Amino acid sequence: MPEIRNFTLNFGPAHPAAHGVLRLVLEMDGEMIVRADPHIGLLHRGTEKLVESKPYNQSIGYMDRLDYVSMMCNEHGYVLAIEKLLGIEVPVRALYIRTMFDEITRILNHLLWIAGHSLDVGAMTMFLYAFREREDLMDAYEAVSGARLHATYYRPGGVNRDLPDSMPQYEKTRFRDDAEVKRQNANRQGSLLDFIEDFTNRFPGKVDEYETLLTDNRIWKQRLVGVGVVSPERALQMGFTGPMLRGSGVEWDLRKKQPYAAYSQMDFDIPVGTNGDCYDRYLVRIEEMRQSNSIIKQCIAWLRHHSGPVRSDDHKVTPPKRADMKHDMEALIHHFKLMTEGYCLPAGEAYAAIEHPKGEFACYLISDGANKPYRLKIRAPGFAHLSGMNEMARGHMLSDVVAIIGSQDIVFGEVDR
Amino acid sequence: MSSKIEELQAHLNMHLEGKFTSSVLALGELTLEIPVRSWMDVCNYLRHDDQTLFEQLSDLCGVDYSAYGQAEWDTQASSTGFSRAVQGAAVDPFDFDQANIKDESSEAAASKRYAVVIHLLSIKHNMRIRLRTFCEDNAYPVVPSVVRIWSSANWYEREAFDLVGIMFNHHPDLRRILTDYGFIGHPLRKDFPLAGQVEMRYDPLQKRVIYQPVSIVTQPSVPRVIRQDQPSIASQERNN
Repeated sequence: MPEIRNFTLNFGPAHPAAHGVLRLVLEMDGEMIVRADPHIGLLHRGTEKLVESKPYNQSIGYMDRLDYVSMMCNEHGYVLAIEKLLGIEVPVRALYIRTMFDEITRILNHLLWIAGHSLDVGAMTMFLYAFREREDLMDAYEAVSGARLHATYYRPGGVNRDLPDSMPQYEKTRFRDDAEVKRQNANRQGSLLDFIEDFTNRFPGKVDEYETLLTDNRIWKQRLVGVGVVSPERALQMGFTGPMLRGSGVEWDLRKKQPYAAYSQMDFDIPVGTNGDCYDRYLVRIEEMRQSNSIIKQCIAWLRHHSGPVRSDDHKVTPPKRADMKHDMEALIHHFKLMTEGYCLPAGEAYAAIEHPKGEFACYLISDGANKPYRLKIRAPGFAHLSGMNEMARGHMLSDVVAIIGSQDIVFGEVDR
Repeated sequence: MSSKIEELQAHLNMHLEGKFTSSVLALGELTLEIPVRSWMDVCNYLRHDDQTLFEQLSDLCGVDYSAYGQAEWDTQASSTGFSRAVQGAAVDPFDFDQANIKDESSEAAASKRYAVVIHLLSIKHNMRIRLRTFCEDNAYPVVPSVVRIWSSANWYEREAFDLVGIMFNHHPDLRRILTDYGFIGHPLRKDFPLAGQVEMRYDPLQKRVIYQPVSIVTQPSVPRVIRQDQPSIASQERNN
């Protein structure tokens, strides 16, 4: 009788289903996982070290690049920590704009998740559908901040600027004739809010389409139901948050429990799973997209009827208006000091957590009174989720690992930081 | 919500008397400072007691306090000279023994340098708490591991070991996690240069990838300034 030993399989870092640069060392017994050891850090850029060398405002852009599929939510966690230490008031309109863009970001993130997840599991079409919808939302990003992905739009004390009144238009090229351009520009005639509203009216129908393709699909269910089951107790123990926790049946959402921005004014439900398997997490995220859509609608309704400032008028923290700088000496000095030296935070520490599309994203900021952070610890939800990989994958087949990675919604920008 | 935190503070003052050195309530967050010897006791209590029941460890991080409160710019205008730059903690990137020299001589050695900070979350009571413990020995910082209380601490402690160099007693698998295989040093220590110490390139002569001391020079950026005289307007109001 020959001796049978476990053998070790190296999964990634360049595997298409590894969602970036995950290197998984899998100890296998036949086709069954005995131990999964994720090796991370291949995308480590030292964000926490970099922000220590820059004034506070110059690091907002680094936050976009953490979880690079939910950009504005990362910024939100960072500016909240600064605002908490500064103790400044944020105008109400800015709070609603933040709420709206947080939810747009959530849909963006979940669309990319379902695109990647279903592609891994074998449903090619979803990828194309999800990217079609993402395009509109990234146009909204671009209209408000000038960048489609790394927006750098949130600022301590509000947001960078108010929502634009007009949308950029497509132009005629040799590949697009007049009729085509007219069709493409049809929903871009009004303001950004009109454009987003048009999207929110269309989007529930699109989610129905995704569900038609997936929810009752036999292959989809065979791959997901009963895979990667996590009990509520273990989910809490392993530090799971967001859809990973709610999929296991724990009703916990920071938007409801510790409301920030304008979430206390919003009417929405928290979807919760029962079995804690990949399929329940899928259902939770699908329902979250619908809820996000309804929150965006509520924000649009509010923003249409309430104008006002979108930035705090404390010019130690936010730059003064360009027009004021032309005739007001003090405004010019404020602008100069803010752009060269930045602002000093009072000494102290703050932990600001938000409900990121992936879970609890938090910034723990220690300030010693300087114009740069003394220490910034970024609590990324994906880090805790990936640390639970060993326990989730144990006893499953090799192909289930792919489903579990997909269902954890791993993005390496935030795991490695 | 704040009253709930105050209740928690009173409860802990009563039940954990002598186990922590200070409890501070600031910005609606409660911070306990705990000596290393009672670290496990306090964590165990907070995890299991019905009044606290912190089921989840949200975050754990190591902090190097050696440069706390040091600035590179004098905020008082002087009557002589033009520069107000202060001799900062500039680090020579090629001096690999720097960390050791500094530890023995400077005042940083006198005070405790490394701290572990954890953030706990109670789902049941909807509360958070922050615990901090300073390591006794600056040359060999050790803290007992809390993996047996919260599984999520596993990777967080590996990260704190990797980036700050804090050891965790009884950790099941204390390996580096974020930095490269074979990395030397702990990047989030304050004496670790921003540009790092070595860079990697392909050497066509040796036909392999080699490591060499970094060739880039760190450019001066915005100096680190501490202004006590000009805190933000709003924070002044808050303090009154």
